[in-house]
Amino acid sequence: MRSSAHVVRAELVGLAGVVERNVYLVRRYIWWDLAFFVWTVANALTIVFIAEGVEAAGGQIDLERTITILLIGAVIWAYLGDIFEVLTETVAWERWEGTIEYTFMAPLARSMHLGGMGLFAVAYALVRAVLLFWVVAFFFDVDMPQANYTAALVVLAVASVSFVGIGMMTAVLPLISPEKGTQLGFIAQGILLVVSGVYYPVSVLPEWMQWLATISPATYALEGVRAAILEGDGLAELRDELWPLVVIGVVSVPLGLEVFRRGERHAKRTGKLKRSG
Amino acid sequence: MTTAVEVRDLRKEFVTRGGRRLRRRRVPALRGVSFTIAQGECVAILGQNGSGKSTLVRLLSTLLLAEGGTAEIFGHDVFRDPRAVRRLVNRVSVEAAFFKKMSSAENLAYAARFYGMTPRETGPRIPEILERVGFPAERRREPMENLSRGMQQKVALARALLTSPVLLLLDEPTTGLDPRSKLEVQEFIRELRRTHDATILLCTHDLVEAELLADRVGILDRGELLCLESTEALKRRFDASTLEEAFLASTGRVFEDDPEEEDDTS
Repeated sequence: MRSSAHVVRAELVGLAGVVERNVYLVRRYIWWDLAFFVWTVANALTIVFIAEGVEAAGGQIDLERTITILLIGAVIWAYLGDIFEVLTETVAWERWEGTIEYTFMAPLARSMHLGGMGLFAVAYALVRAVLLFWVVAFFFDVDMPQANYTAALVVLAVASVSFVGIGMMTAVLPLISPEKGTQLGFIAQGILLVVSGVYYPVSVLPEWMQWLATISPATYALEGVRAAILEGDGLAELRDELWPLVVIGVVSVPLGLEVFRRGERHAKRTGKLKRSG
Repeated sequence: MTTAVEVRDLRKEFVTRGGRRLRRRRVPALRGVSFTIAQGECVAILGQNGSGKSTLVRLLSTLLLAEGGTAEIFGHDVFRDPRAVRRLVNRVSVEAAFFKKMSSAENLAYAARFYGMTPRETGPRIPEILERVGFPAERRREPMENLSRGMQQKVALARALLTSPVLLLLDEPTTGLDPRSKLEVQEFIRELRRTHDATILLCTHDLVEAELLADRVGILDRGELLCLESTEALKRRFDASTLEEAFLASTGRVFEDDPEEEDDTS
């Protein structure tokens, strides 16, 4: 009989293995990463330059504030996209490499497997988000003297739990539908983009969309990070953003694991848990 | 003698769409398969493409759920207690599946981590095990995509052995290999039987391989296990001088007739 300490140790070794595997792959496909990063920078620049465009067309705006709002929106959006992408690859990448059957027949708890993917996703997305923020900020004359970066990072860290939970739910889609699963994941991501106030205040949305915004963790992440960067709010002032993030995180991770478990069971029943779609 | 594998009335179907109206139909892949394998025994399941061999291996690997019947590995229910089964089983399939850009050493270390083995534990074992399967140790840092199919299959064997499985599922491990690599892999499987207490289920459509490696040979045809006996008993039963003749007598078809692939459709 294996002791529980032995089991926990084995699970943690497996979790570290998932993280390490992803680090290996980033190193091996580094040119893909660089190309993708340049594309993300270009995308963020295109959005942030809209502020300059509005002023050049005669619009009356607080240019610096608008630039910062758009910059934070673009960075958080890229951060969320990276987390979703890594988690979706839990199945899609393994199927592409042909390793999916070996990974799913290994004696590692699925929670540890997905937890390892989530841990790597957060670290990977955070590095890219920080780089993106500084690279894009370099193009604009933005002064953020009040910015409370520590508080912004805490908000992002708390929001990451919810993002990983939702990512687990979308990660199962390629398992259920090998042909359309990844694309269906983009729909979930797109809905979050529309309703969460990434580039505009949630108040401009129709009422039913505003309701959706209240259950999107991205809404609170954006409001919290913006308040920390623009107003210099500390954690005490950010409690209205932090507690919904904690609640959504506590609900979304177990829900994500359950959705994945059911999807895996469906794939085993229908024969879709295999290397070729 | 301890029973390693006990399969009773195992049934599996897949849903496929066919015909002009793309109607869904259920295609049986396994029809009430029953057999047992004793600990330390090597059993070969012989069958053509679409006979259900891969489905059987994937069911025992916990990658599929059955429509009916039971399967136990060393007393653990494959469908109710899959994690206990996974600790005991490893598998080598026809395609050596690896992360192509990672080296053989990295792939092995990663796979072993899923079985709770740390880099400190696998560090000295990986070169040893690669050497045992005849893989040149100096190439262990090369990406898998640079290796030949035969080399990749040796690494697949090493990966399976690294976790010290008590049941090894070999699903056409030599298919597509050049004659030399095929002989090397077969020799290694024999050596494994001599030096380890591993139980082996070998699914193959290579008659010579089945006769060479297995204690007993089963014939699986269109999802039905027609017989499972020693090669000599099979030949006696069907009054055949070769295994090929025994296959023909039991199935009514020549071995080369390749029915439409029905495995794992969905």
